[in-house]
Amino acid sequence: MIEAQLPALQVIIPLFGAVLTALVRHDKASWGIALIVSLMMPVISFALLQQVLATETGIISYALGGWAPPLGIEYRIDLANAFILLLVSVMGALVMAYAPRSVTAEIGRDRASWFYTMYLLCLTGLLGIAITGDAFNIFVFLEVSSLATYVLIALGKDKRAVLSAYQYLIIGTIGATFYVIGIGLLYVMTGTLNLADIANRIGNIEQTRTVLAALAFLTVGISLKLALFPLHVWLPNAYAYAPSVATAFLASTATKVAVYLLLRIFFSVFGVALVFNTLPVSEILLTLSVAAMFGASIVAVFQSNVKRMLAYSSVAQIGYITLGIALANQTGLTGGIVHLFNHALIKGALFLSLGCLVYRMGIVKIEDMSGIGRRMPYTMAAFTVAGLSLIGVPGTVGFVSKWYLAQGAFENGLWWLVAAIMLSSLIAVVYIGRVIEVAYFRDVTAKPITPNRVPLEMLGVTWLLAAATIYFGIDTELTAGMASKAAEILLAGPK
Amino acid sequence: MTAEQLIYIMLLLPVLGAVGIAIVGRIENIQEAVTLATAVGLLVAVLALLEVVLAGGRPATGKFEIIQGVELYFAAEPLGMLFACVASSLWIINSIYSIGYMRGNNEPRQTSFYVCFAVAIAGAMGVSMAGNLFTLFLFYEILTLSTYPLVTHKGTDEARAGGRLYLLLLLGTSMALLLPAIIWTGVIAGTMDFVPGGILSGKISGVFVAVLLGLYMFGIGKAALMPVHFWLPAAMVAPTPVSALLHAVAVVKAGVFTVVKVIIYVFGYEFLASALDFNWLVYVAGFTIIAASLVALQQDNLKRRLAYSTVSQLSYVVMATAILAPISIMGAVLHIAAHAFGKITLFFAAGSIYTAAHKTEISQLNGIGRKMPWTMGAFAIAAISMIGLPPTAGFMSKWYMLMGAIQVEHYFAIGVIILSTLLNAGYFMPIVYNAFFKQPDSKKGKHDDHGEAPMPIVIALTATAIGTVLLFFFSGVPLELAQQVVGK
Repeated sequence: MIEAQLPALQVIIPLFGAVLTALVRHDKASWGIALIVSLMMPVISFALLQQVLATETGIISYALGGWAPPLGIEYRIDLANAFILLLVSVMGALVMAYAPRSVTAEIGRDRASWFYTMYLLCLTGLLGIAITGDAFNIFVFLEVSSLATYVLIALGKDKRAVLSAYQYLIIGTIGATFYVIGIGLLYVMTGTLNLADIANRIGNIEQTRTVLAALAFLTVGISLKLALFPLHVWLPNAYAYAPSVATAFLASTATKVAVYLLLRIFFSVFGVALVFNTLPVSEILLTLSVAAMFGASIVAVFQSNVKRMLAYSSVAQIGYITLGIALANQTGLTGGIVHLFNHALIKGALFLSLGCLVYRMGIVKIEDMSGIGRRMPYTMAAFTVAGLSLIGVPGTVGFVSKWYLAQGAFENGLWWLVAAIMLSSLIAVVYIGRVIEVAYFRDVTAKPITPNRVPLEMLGVTWLLAAATIYFGIDTELTAGMASKAAEILLAGPK
Repeated sequence: MTAEQLIYIMLLLPVLGAVGIAIVGRIENIQEAVTLATAVGLLVAVLALLEVVLAGGRPATGKFEIIQGVELYFAAEPLGMLFACVASSLWIINSIYSIGYMRGNNEPRQTSFYVCFAVAIAGAMGVSMAGNLFTLFLFYEILTLSTYPLVTHKGTDEARAGGRLYLLLLLGTSMALLLPAIIWTGVIAGTMDFVPGGILSGKISGVFVAVLLGLYMFGIGKAALMPVHFWLPAAMVAPTPVSALLHAVAVVKAGVFTVVKVIIYVFGYEFLASALDFNWLVYVAGFTIIAASLVALQQDNLKRRLAYSTVSQLSYVVMATAILAPISIMGAVLHIAAHAFGKITLFFAAGSIYTAAHKTEISQLNGIGRKMPWTMGAFAIAAISMIGLPPTAGFMSKWYMLMGAIQVEHYFAIGVIILSTLLNAGYFMPIVYNAFFKQPDSKKGKHDDHGEAPMPIVIALTATAIGTVLLFFFSGVPLELAQQVVGK
């Protein structure tokens, strides 16, 4: 039965796709393979979600290669990672539909094929991290996705892309090393690598220094990958100089998967009681999140490269997500998880609209965008809509996230935090407003670099995401509904 | 057609109008025709709903849940009806005026102007029909965002700076203060619906009442309570029809409307009177009235003087509501309408002078009344209404406010009303006097051989001036609505 094999197919198909593109080495054919694979992924992850919802326990366990867990590798899917799988695969499909002409224009024909190979490997890694229930298997997929990401970034047109990739390589490797040390310590103490199994055995020894050290190593390692302030330094350059398509894909998926991993480790392995009640993790995470929300937002205001500006904004927005984790109550965690999804939509739309600008005008600097709103009205309208969502105007997804987070803060009695959430979103008004003002209320100066108009598929995907930021701001049943259930499962702790 | 459907029509019609304008854009005549047709259609819908509400009907619709416990909900009630009537009737007149003004001054980007204008009206309709705090907040923000391009319309450095301040201050106060207040209310009251008598009774006490009230009052930046009033003078750089929209039709009216709505339907004025240890709001509003009048007195730029006059007049509404006596609240409700008609006339006159004579400063207006009798005549009537003399709408609203203040023996408020009346006279009467009775400056300017402004402008400002007087003689409907608001 094919349905039973879906968990494996979710990871194997993109892996084979990557091999195939590397063999084909033809830009159009490679794109075709990448697109077909990317379109299959949402179908599979949606089917998996249906399966999860249909089961009584809410968990699908899949023994890879028929080796029963905990000895074999277990793929273990509940609502939380089904949600993440769906997010990553949908974003992948949309980005691939957008990609071909943008990639050819920015990377060149000869290397485009490698781009698709690396993209597919990255997709494999991200989906793998999300789907697997095995700690070491996570490390393998983490490396697969990271290595592919370094190459994706280095493919950027700007020479600084290579340097940024190198910088990320070093920091990313430190992160991965920390992760593997943490896992090693846990293996020593529990004798197992299966996450659910670790959770079962950790009960009596959770106060030992080794287990606490493991938690510390894991937290820092994953925080590097998800760019928690102040471990975010790799991110702005990486996003700024990577090809537009890669930036849009990474911004809306890579950090999100890392956040998921943190959620998994905190809630499903160590449990709320240890992480948040015994240890001061909540306080530390809260402080860093607020620092990110303000610090990174303020830095974003002073950027002249809009891609870099949005990258700093991403660091700030990750602060909102980790804030939801730090609140560790039902409403707050729902806010964090739903923002994971919402921010993916918003940043996807923003980076893709920038991709349209780069394609037609070759500009990313704010001062070059003078009057661009009149020259490229559809692109900039999408940017504006997504920008409003980023600010959190009511009727958009950003508002939904902030509402949950603020209510979660109220429930914990953290008054000042409500004010902090609102004030930090005002900084977003400033940096998005700067772009809007230049784009709409100055005279046109920039000259197109290509006579072609922005292709319909690029505009279409950008608009689809921008429209989604409005749609899911009004109909939140799917997003907030799922996030709420996922939060419930996570807060309930390991089973 | 049911009353519920009418509510949807009121919300959708301006949006459809905006889409229509965008489609036919560039063909001036058709785009203006679409604007006017939409405005007339809207007024018809509003009047049809008015009939239902006057008869005691309270149609409500919606209740789409967005977030758990957060619903999109519309409900017609007398206060919102009054605001909707004012905004929709003035939109027609303002559109006529805009045609004359935008053509007369060869303004660029007229299509986006009319589109944003229509969206702003949709925002105002949403505010007026909002059945709960969330819905009100949603449309309040739509109103802010859709008017920002209008304020920045000219695209000059000054316009951009004004627009920046406008957006930051209005979005800032609403997000940093109003939204937390709304979430707070939702958490403690368990509902966000507007209910006569309020939803907070017994849910909050002590100093928190004053704090929550403060979050609301300063969070509603559109009401321009000092010190969050700066955006209003800064927004003066906008074209005159936009100033009229800001000051009379939609924006500041949405602000004071929200203030009244929150005090009556969220706190409940009786609960507030018993729970508030120290009614600081009366003093802040009173201070704003006097201080803004004093600043207005010193302005030579006509539109700036009018802007500070607006700041002062808005605080009348806030103070009269804050007195928490039913009669003064009726005065506040009436003043929303009275000030709208008076202030739009004054701005129309200022724009008319700018279009015909290219003059912006008060010191340049000596003797202009003889060349522009219609404009300055309308200006005089509106000024009388601002001061609060019969036979104008301003008299009626001020009368009720004063009655309310006397009834509860609030001497501070009584003093403020009397003193500010004198100040109003002090900064309006010299303009009228000099325009009609002083000799023009002997120095000849380039634009001195002007007559009246273009016909649409004159028609519009005459209509609103007549409206100011008619509101005095035929005050039945607004009075009835005001009575229904306080439930007496």
